[in-house]
Amino acid sequence: MKEDFPLLKENVVYLDSAATSQKPFCVINSISNYYKTINANPHRGAYDLSVKSTTVYDNAHEIIKKFINAKSSKEIVFTKNATESLNLIAYSYGLDNLNEGDEVVISIMEHHSNLVPWQEICKKKKAILKYMYINEDYEISDSELEKITDKTKIVGITHVSNVSGTINDVKKIIEVSHKHNAKVVVDASQSIAHMKIDVQEMDADFLVFSSHKMYGPMGIGVLYGKEELLNSMTPFIMGGDMIEYVYEQDTTYAELPQKFEAGTQNVEGAVGLVEAIKYINSIGYDKIQNHERELLKYAREELEKLDFLDLYYPKNIDHHSSVISLNIKGVHPHDASSILDTMHIALRSGNHCAQPYLRSLNIDSTLRMSIAIYNDKKDIDELIKALIKVNDMFKKYNKES
Amino acid sequence: MEELDIYNELLMEHAYSKKNKKELESFDACSLGHNPNCGDEIKLEVKLSSDKSTIEDMSFTGHGCAISQASTSIMIDTLKGKSIKEAKEIIEIYFKMIRREEISKEDSKLLKDAMILKNISNMPARVKCALLAWHTLDDMLKSED
Repeated sequence: MKEDFPLLKENVVYLDSAATSQKPFCVINSISNYYKTINANPHRGAYDLSVKSTTVYDNAHEIIKKFINAKSSKEIVFTKNATESLNLIAYSYGLDNLNEGDEVVISIMEHHSNLVPWQEICKKKKAILKYMYINEDYEISDSELEKITDKTKIVGITHVSNVSGTINDVKKIIEVSHKHNAKVVVDASQSIAHMKIDVQEMDADFLVFSSHKMYGPMGIGVLYGKEELLNSMTPFIMGGDMIEYVYEQDTTYAELPQKFEAGTQNVEGAVGLVEAIKYINSIGYDKIQNHERELLKYAREELEKLDFLDLYYPKNIDHHSSVISLNIKGVHPHDASSILDTMHIALRSGNHCAQPYLRSLNIDSTLRMSIAIYNDKKDIDELIKALIKVNDMFKKYNKES
Repeated sequence: MEELDIYNELLMEHAYSKKNKKELESFDACSLGHNPNCGDEIKLEVKLSSDKSTIEDMSFTGHGCAISQASTSIMIDTLKGKSIKEAKEIIEIYFKMIRREEISKEDSKLLKDAMILKNISNMPARVKCALLAWHTLDDMLKSED
């Protein structure tokens, strides 16, 4: 698989796909081909190129619709990324539907992008933001779901944690939420590249993801919303292409999804994302899962042999996906990652845009390795060797090891 | 590997040394420095002489990587006992060194152990760790003016 990815031909062990995945040749080429053969502003010209560009862009909605099994392509809105999708929901849905005393329930493992917008909206509307916490096994216990009550209007949940790799039981959370008439926002940023998403089967009200974490280009993301919800919402960003008629004092808006896609859109991004989906489909989620599950199992087994590590993930591997946070006891993750970098191992260190989660775990930062389809056992072996070397460098001075 | 030279014995000893990592019984100024991107956080405490002209004692608490912890400890060793004017000058020399600008032999002597951070720009992502304490103290001394 590595041969599909130009950057991985270099001497690098890339274990940071949770931050962004590498891009295959087909995605890179599709973008350059778009500019070489089709480029024009969609929805604006009557000439051939603009019509082609419009077709490519509109079709992209249809392809995303099939990819996540939405009912209609009207339910697919292109945004800049998952963060923008979440802000759109918070402002266009949250602001108009929350009242004083209403509650928004999110999990403590949320990325800042599914947390900070809710803080803001709750403050504006005097609503209450509540958290579902995790147990000692990095999972949300059923008892935490009791925080979802008739007062709850919105529930925000990440499908997979970008810190502990926990796979949340979103289906159950959605079921409970719907019993209380709360709408559920699912952040699929960390799951979309690794498992089949079916929004109808899940019954998510909103679901968001970014293209760049699933082998597609940066700068384009998806907002899925149930049609009746999106229809009921006011636009988030106003301007060209999202209107029907504009008068001096009033405007009527375009149909879905254009209502939420103001201004000239990222057509190259849509083209690249479509190609990434084709790439994923050509491999198939079954094969992706088999490969990544085996690699995850191997990584866990090898890491667990090292007694100088702290590991932060669920014991049950069936509830764990693609992301492993760890620390070398007594060694700051930034030192470790700098040293790993000299060995051409790329992984992330820091708080992973999840400060409340790390604070709740009583840690400041972690090293985080994350895997994708192009990783192999050799990558894990290189990491293990490097971790041993870092520990050896520090253990003489470090009283904690 | 040349980049790894930064993690030499002297730096590691400073990084894990408790000598300067404590709270002072009394101090004249205290300031918090942090790197929001990496979460490093230090609190500097400075005790001045009775005429407020000299740094009589200095300590730090907080958490961070080996480079930020060591550069803080080294800074304290280097600047303790110096007049505020001297301290400001040495801080400027340190900034020049980190920026890879030419510094004279006399100036480099003033930096003492801090010279070991000379090559930190080989690890661009870590420059801010080596600067954290020095910027915090610099701001603190400037605000004392």
